Amino acid sequence: MIEERSWKSVVFDTLNYVLLGSLALLCVLPLIHTAAVSLSGRAASEAGLVALWPEQFTLMNYHQVMMNLQFRRALLVSLLRLGVGVPLNLLLISLVAYPLSLNERFAGKNGFKWVLLFGMFFSGGLIPLYLTMRSLHLLDTLWALVLPSALPIFSVIVLLNFFRGLPPELAESASIDGASHWQILSRIYLPLSLPALATLTLFSAVGHWNAWFDGLVFMLKPSNYPLQSYLQISVILMNQMGLESADPDLLQVISGRSLRAAQIIFAALPILCLYPLLQRYFIKGLTLGSVKG
Amino acid sequence: MAQTMRVGATQLARPNEAAAKHWRLRRQIPLYVMLIPGAIILALFHYYPMYGITIAFQDYTPVKGFFGSPWVGLKQFERILANPDIALIVRNTLSMAIGKIVIHQLVSVTFALLLNEIRIAWYKRTVQTLSYVLHFLSWMILGGILLDLLSLGGLVNSLLAGLGLQKVPFLMQPGLFQPIAILSQAWKEFGWGAIIYLAALTSIDPGLYEAAAVDGAGRWRRMVHVTLPGIAPTIILLACLNLGQVLNAGMEQVLVLYNPRTYVTADILDTWVYRAGLLQAQYSLATAVGLLKSTVGLGLVALSYWLADRLAGYRVF
Repeated sequence: MIEERSWKSVVFDTLNYVLLGSLALLCVLPLIHTAAVSLSGRAASEAGLVALWPEQFTLMNYHQVMMNLQFRRALLVSLLRLGVGVPLNLLLISLVAYPLSLNERFAGKNGFKWVLLFGMFFSGGLIPLYLTMRSLHLLDTLWALVLPSALPIFSVIVLLNFFRGLPPELAESASIDGASHWQILSRIYLPLSLPALATLTLFSAVGHWNAWFDGLVFMLKPSNYPLQSYLQISVILMNQMGLESADPDLLQVISGRSLRAAQIIFAALPILCLYPLLQRYFIKGLTLGSVKG
Repeated sequence: MAQTMRVGATQLARPNEAAAKHWRLRRQIPLYVMLIPGAIILALFHYYPMYGITIAFQDYTPVKGFFGSPWVGLKQFERILANPDIALIVRNTLSMAIGKIVIHQLVSVTFALLLNEIRIAWYKRTVQTLSYVLHFLSWMILGGILLDLLSLGGLVNSLLAGLGLQKVPFLMQPGLFQPIAILSQAWKEFGWGAIIYLAALTSIDPGLYEAAAVDGAGRWRRMVHVTLPGIAPTIILLACLNLGQVLNAGMEQVLVLYNPRTYVTADILDTWVYRAGLLQAQYSLATAVGLLKSTVGLGLVALSYWLADRLAGYRVF
C-alpha cells in the first residue's frame, strides 16, 4: 500500500496512538488503583494519598480479610458452587446438545427444540421463580445456586452447532460397527469437541464465580451467600452507609476503604489470573456458535 | 404379472422393515434418556415458573399458594396503570437502555476503526488486550471500584480538588446517575463489543484500499468510504439485535450503583420488581409488572430477529 508521510497523517497517527493508549489505561488504572489502596496503610488510604502505588505498604488488609469468618464461609460457598455447578452444566449441555444435533429424526425432536428456544426468550420472571424455589424447599441450599442455571440454553446451541460441524461419517461408520449413541457421544463426539468444551467450561466457571444476584434472592441467611453476594454487604452497603464492617479496635490500625479494596481485588483475582485463557477461548466462543447447519 | 410381482416384493419386505423399525426405535431410546435431565430442569425452573405467572391475576398469599389464592382478574394491571411510579420507571428504563445501546455501539465502532489504523502490531495487540479485561469482571466488583472512585474521598474527587475544582458527590446526584450508568457500561464493554467489528474488518478486500489510494483518497476518506461500508452490515445486524434489549437497562449495574437518593432517575423495571416483590412481598403486583415486561420483551426480541434476518441475513438456527 502507498505510504503517505504528509503532516496530516503524522498528526492523526500521533493523536490516535495517544487516544487509544489512554483508553486502554482507563480500563486498567482503576484496577491498579484499587490494588494499591488494598496494599496501603490506614493513614495514607484514609487521607486519599494513594494513587497507583501502595503507600505505607502492608499486607494487613488481606490478612484481615482472610481472618474474617464470614468471608471465608462465603468463599467456601463459591467454591462449592463451582465444584457442583460447572460439571453439572457440562453434563447437561452435552446430553441435550447431542440428540438435537443428529440428522436422524425421532419423535419429539423438533418439539423439544422449540421448548428450548422459547425457554431462552421468555421467562416467568423473578417472583414466580422465587416462589417456585420456595415451594421446592430449595431456598438457602446450594441447589438454589446451581439448578436454575443448570441448563444454559445458549451454550447448548453453541455445542449443538459444533457437533453439527463434525463429519457425519464418523458417527455413521461407528453406528454400522455397532456403537450405541452413548458410545458415539462419549468416545467420538466429546473427545473431538475439546476446544468447544474448554470454552463452555470457562463460560460456566466465570458465570458461577461472578453471579451474585441469585445468591441475594435465594439465600435468606447472609451466612449462605456466595462470595460476590457477600460483597454486596461488606463492600457496597458499607460504602453507601459510610459504615465499616470491621470492629472499632481494628479500624485504629487499618482503613475500611483498604479493607473493601482488598475484598474487591480478592474476588477479581481468579478472573485476572485466568485472563490469558479467557481471552483465547471466549473469543473462540464468539465464533463457535455461528456454524450453521 | 408386474402387479403380482410387486405385491410379492412388499410382502417379503414387510417383516424386515418392521424389524428395522423396531431396531431403530430401540436404538433411539438412549436419545430420550439423554434429554430427560435437561427436560426436568426446563420443566422445574423455566416452565413451572411460567405457570406461576397466574398469580399476576390473583391476590397471591404464600399460605394459599399458586392454586388456592383468590382470582382478581385484571386488578393488578389496573393498579399498575394507576401507579405514577410505573410511568417514571418505564421512562428510566427506556432512556437508560437506549442510551447504553447507542453509546456502547458508537464507542465500539469508533474504537475498532481507530485501532485498525494502528500499524505497530505489539501496540495494537496490547491496547486490544487491555480493552476487554473489564468484560469478565462482575458489576459487583466494578460497582465496588466505582463507588470508591466516585466517592467524596475517592480518586476522582482528589483530582478535582487538585485542579482547584469543587468536589462532587457523583453517585448521590439524581441528575448524574444515568450518564454515569451509560458511560460506565460503555467503559466495561466497549473492548468486547469491538471484537466483532475487528473481525469484520479483516474480511475487507485490501485491493479496495489500494484502488482508493490510487484514486487519491487520503486515509480519512479511505476510512469513511472503504472501511465503514465494509463493516456496515455488522453494525446494522447488531443494531437490530440490540432492539430486543430496550427493556433491559442493566439490573445488576443499577443495583450496585443506586441508592434511595437516586431512585428517581435510577429505578428501572427490574429493580422495582425486585424491591416491590421480594423486599415488600407484593408478589402479585410485581409479577404483573414482570409479566408485562417479559411479554413486550419477547415481542421486541422476535421483531429484532426478524429485522436482523431481513436486513442482515442473520439466523440463530
